[in-house]
Amino acid sequence: MKPVNFDFARPSDLPAAIALASREDAIVKFIAGGQSLGPMLNLRLVQPNLLVDITGIAELKRVEETPDALELGSCITHADIEDGRVPDVTGGAMRAVAAGIAYRAVRNRGTIGGSLAHADPSADWLSALAALGAQAIVRGAHKERQIPVDTLMTGVFECSLESGELLSGVEIPRLSKSARWGYYKHCRKTGELAHAIAAFLHDPDRSVCRAVIGATGSKPIVLSDASVLIGKGPDHALDRAAIERAMTGHGMTDPIEQQIHFVCLRRAVQQAYRP
Amino acid sequence: MTGQGVGARLLRKEDDRLMRGRGQFVGDLRFAGMKDVAFVRSPLAHGLLRGVSIPDEWKDSVFVAADLNGVKPIRAVSGLKGFKVSEQPVLATEKVRYVGELVAMCIAQNRALAEDIASAVHSDIEELPAVYDMLSARKPSSDLLHQHWGDNVFLETFVNVNIEKALDAPIKVTREIRTARQCMAPIEGRGAVAVWDSRLDQLTLYSACQMPHIIRTGLAECLGLEEAQVRVVAPDVGGGFGYKGILLAEEICLGWLAMNLGHPVRWLEDRREHLTAGANCREHFYRITGYADRDGTLLGIDCEATVDSGAYSAYPFSACLEAAQVASILPGPYDFPAYRCRTYSVATNKCPILPYRGVARTGVCFALELVLDAIAREAGIEPHELRAKILVKPEQMPFTNITKKWFDSGDYPESLRRAVAAIDIPAVRARQKVGETDGRLIGVGMATYCEQAAHGTSVYYGWGIPMVPGFEQATARLTPDGGLELRVGVHSHGQGLETTLAQVAHEILGIDVAKIKVVHGDTAMTPYSTGTWGSRCMVMAGGAVSVACKEIAKRAAKIGAQLLQTDDSRVSIRAGEVVGPGGSITLGEIARTWYLKPHSLPADVDMGGLEATIGYRPSPDSGTFSYATHAALVAVDPEIGTIEILDYVIVEDGGKLVNPMIVDGQIYGGFAQGVGTALYEEMPFNSAGQPLASTFADYLLPGATEVPAPRLDHMETLSPHTEFGVKGIGEGGAIAPPAAIANAVNDALRPLKAELLVSPMTPRRVLSAIAVGRSFS
Ligand SMILES: Cc1cc2nc3c(=O)[nH]c(=O)nc-3n(C[C@H](O)[C@H](O)[C@H](O)COP(=O)(O)OP(=O)(O)OC[C@H]3O[C@@H](n4cnc5c(N)ncnc54)[C@H](O)[C@@H]3O)c2cc1C
Repeated sequence: MKPVNFDFARPSDLPAAIALASREDAIVKFIAGGQSLGPMLNLRLVQPNLLVDITGIAELKRVEETPDALELGSCITHADIEDGRVPDVTGGAMRAVAAGIAYRAVRNRGTIGGSLAHADPSADWLSALAALGAQAIVRGAHKERQIPVDTLMTGVFECSLESGELLSGVEIPRLSKSARWGYYKHCRKTGELAHAIAAFLHDPDRSVCRAVIGATGSKPIVLSDASVLIGKGPDHALDRAAIERAMTGHGMTDPIEQQIHFVCLRRAVQQAYRP
Repeated sequence: MTGQGVGARLLRKEDDRLMRGRGQFVGDLRFAGMKDVAFVRSPLAHGLLRGVSIPDEWKDSVFVAADLNGVKPIRAVSGLKGFKVSEQPVLATEKVRYVGELVAMCIAQNRALAEDIASAVHSDIEELPAVYDMLSARKPSSDLLHQHWGDNVFLETFVNVNIEKALDAPIKVTREIRTARQCMAPIEGRGAVAVWDSRLDQLTLYSACQMPHIIRTGLAECLGLEEAQVRVVAPDVGGGFGYKGILLAEEICLGWLAMNLGHPVRWLEDRREHLTAGANCREHFYRITGYADRDGTLLGIDCEATVDSGAYSAYPFSACLEAAQVASILPGPYDFPAYRCRTYSVATNKCPILPYRGVARTGVCFALELVLDAIAREAGIEPHELRAKILVKPEQMPFTNITKKWFDSGDYPESLRRAVAAIDIPAVRARQKVGETDGRLIGVGMATYCEQAAHGTSVYYGWGIPMVPGFEQATARLTPDGGLELRVGVHSHGQGLETTLAQVAHEILGIDVAKIKVVHGDTAMTPYSTGTWGSRCMVMAGGAVSVACKEIAKRAAKIGAQLLQTDDSRVSIRAGEVVGPGGSITLGEIARTWYLKPHSLPADVDMGGLEATIGYRPSPDSGTFSYATHAALVAVDPEIGTIEILDYVIVEDGGKLVNPMIVDGQIYGGFAQGVGTALYEEMPFNSAGQPLASTFADYLLPGATEVPAPRLDHMETLSPHTEFGVKGIGEGGAIAPPAAIANAVNDALRPLKAELLVSPMTPRRVLSAIAVGRSFS
């Protein structure tokens, strides 16, 4: 279990990194925290000629707060967020999600950008940031574009970045004071990638009521208007049939999978409305 | 006792180097010119090997079966009637029989380059249908692994004791129970370095193994060497559990390479190799019926057990160790009148099964204890009430059970009583009535087992296998400075023998344990031994150290008496001194006299001197029986199927505990593995015989947060026929957890009419069982 031979570069600015990644004569991979790429290299699931380490690029460690949003560079680590070393605009939601990722050793190195780019269906940020309505900021050789996180992933371990493009950061909208958030994931053991994830945001002041069902085996299921699925009563009962229809529509047909994901969503919703 | 002898909670001597990262494992060894080996392994479970194509540039770095001149296949046979022999070529010849089987070996400057070469080598295999399920493998229509056998059954065994008398019992409960195939997952995988020394005309194999002497014998046979031409060194070894109790085809390959290439070679198993080519334990299937009276008294057990033995029998022996033992140990610690058991050791296209900590007992305990609980539910009594009726009672000891096992001593019902009290069953019942605020269901379950350990010649000679354990020898040698060396042929890889054997010697000679050095793991330095397995070391090697030290004591006393100018009969050994009526003299002075001032020795001194190699075997040698009751309290989330262990109690009797702290450590470690078996660990195979979990992301081991601290309680009923009354306890912790936890889960799920009969109990299996229960109501 040793990687193939590869070259290694550690540029200090974005254009240099993008230029290296645009080389046509080599298979080039970015490496951020290496927490997902490392095992894949060892298993020879990826066999690059060149690894471009992007953790030396100051811009990717940026933190920019505005009245409406927070922009985090892609190399901000899970631990940076967990420990509160970066500001929080989500009423603690992101800190809690970060703290629940893997083990501390993985959180110390693993990055928010790496997690999104890796596009593991079971990853936390993909579902959590989709529910929060975050935007991925993508830099290419000639332009910068934004992709809503809820459409970033295109398939298992595939996202809509084009070759030579780099995820430079994420923009997370500031939640209003009245926002309610719930996040529930199902793992068999601590630190394991999730078997089911549910994220729920109700921010009435911003007219957002969004639910995400993640760890589906493929793309997360985004229910962008979840209000229609939630009963008006004090128990916030969910329309199970409709939710199961949505799951079936996304190819999740196994009744046990459906049951577990549904229960996670119900628990996330209950968490959000807990007094 | 002086605080260091038998019974002392001494810190482990070996931890000084291990905890500081100064251990020396196979992977730490460096030799000039050493090259790394990567194996080309079969990607298919079953197929005809048509050829191996090697790119021209690598022709000199790749070796296949045809190159291995003079190397014999591995034959691990049994003389048991009807046993069919599998021949395992060290590199595949005509056929491959499991994913991961060795096809070729590639040598390079380092492992990465060797893997580059391996990935360029292509095995041309014509795929055959995979025999992946042990039950269908038994059917006449099944494809065959070993064509000339005519079927896929290594061995079938049968025993019947009066089952006819139980068949009309008013309660009859039948269950089909299955345990998954597992990996042993020691922290250190296997690995070896082979070095040929032309001056000594000797091959040295450094191997992460548990039984260096047996490896040496097998290696010499397979390589066609004189045994004196082989030395095996097992340095620090990071956990064995049975995984390292065999001779590997890889080791034979390395030996051949070292002999033929003129430089040392190394192979270190990586985690993917471990998971995909080494998933080799615990896969059992039981169809079991319990017969009982209306009041729950057990009248008989009728069982058909099938064990997936994998493709070959591993050396010294593996193929039917589990299945054939199932028949003899299924009755557990209980006394009941009728018993029938048929077992099948079935060959499949999986890697060879190996005996994992608790050998067969974990599965057996799971099957029997689940059926006992099912009977208790049927009879409407508490499971512990049922067990109390049938556990062998202290006044029956020593007791010969229905399969002629001779239980040496113990108070089995007391361990049950203490466990019931500690887990507080009335409190659990009250809590169940109220229900949990979080909607989970709680349940309590227990399991009692007894564990035969250190069983010797009288038990194994009938098996007709390459390795029958006999006397265990130890060498004790007093050094001129008054220190003591102990040389033993067993190996310590986590058990703490460097400490506990020193404690035994201290008990006899009174020498400070800091001055006692335990030498093990080198065939050139230690007496022959079958090694470390079957929880035998403290009974056997501990016993041998004890008798060897007693011999040294006798000889030293004689010299001491002379020096003290008194009679032999008037001296005794105390705290490292020979003490006479008028004075005393240290063992150090006596040793100096023997080695360096022989003019002061008594005329009739024992010329063996202050070094003695003595053999020991308890009489009878049918084994010690430690035992325990485990009790679990669990909470089950019926909506998502997760299980949490809320409380866990172990009441254990391991006879005299030489070092209670080390015993606790053994129990904790075994318990962690038991939790893994119960809830997490499984190597699934698909119908092509492909192992499906190739990393720890898919093969789940319990971590720190999944293994709660069990509450331990010790009883100490001495064994009447071992030194100090010790019993073997190495495996017990891993035996009962799956049974106790499953019984607790089934207790929790009773209101839902759901029952789990398979390990591991995954969320999916819990939810499926609940769905089945729902369909009944
Ligand atoms: C034991 C373990 C448990 C884990 N458990 C969890 C868990 O519970 N939840 C969870 O969400 N995650 C989990 N992870 C994954 C972890 O969060 C990783 O940190 C994350 O998936 C990848 O981040 P990274 O910075 O390490 O990326 P890397 O491993 O460096 O890269 C991953 C991939 O993304 C690409 N990449 C990285 N950065 C960029 C970028 N800026 N632009 C474009 N492409 C980029 C790389 O080329 C590579 O293909 C676990 C990992 C391990 C090892």
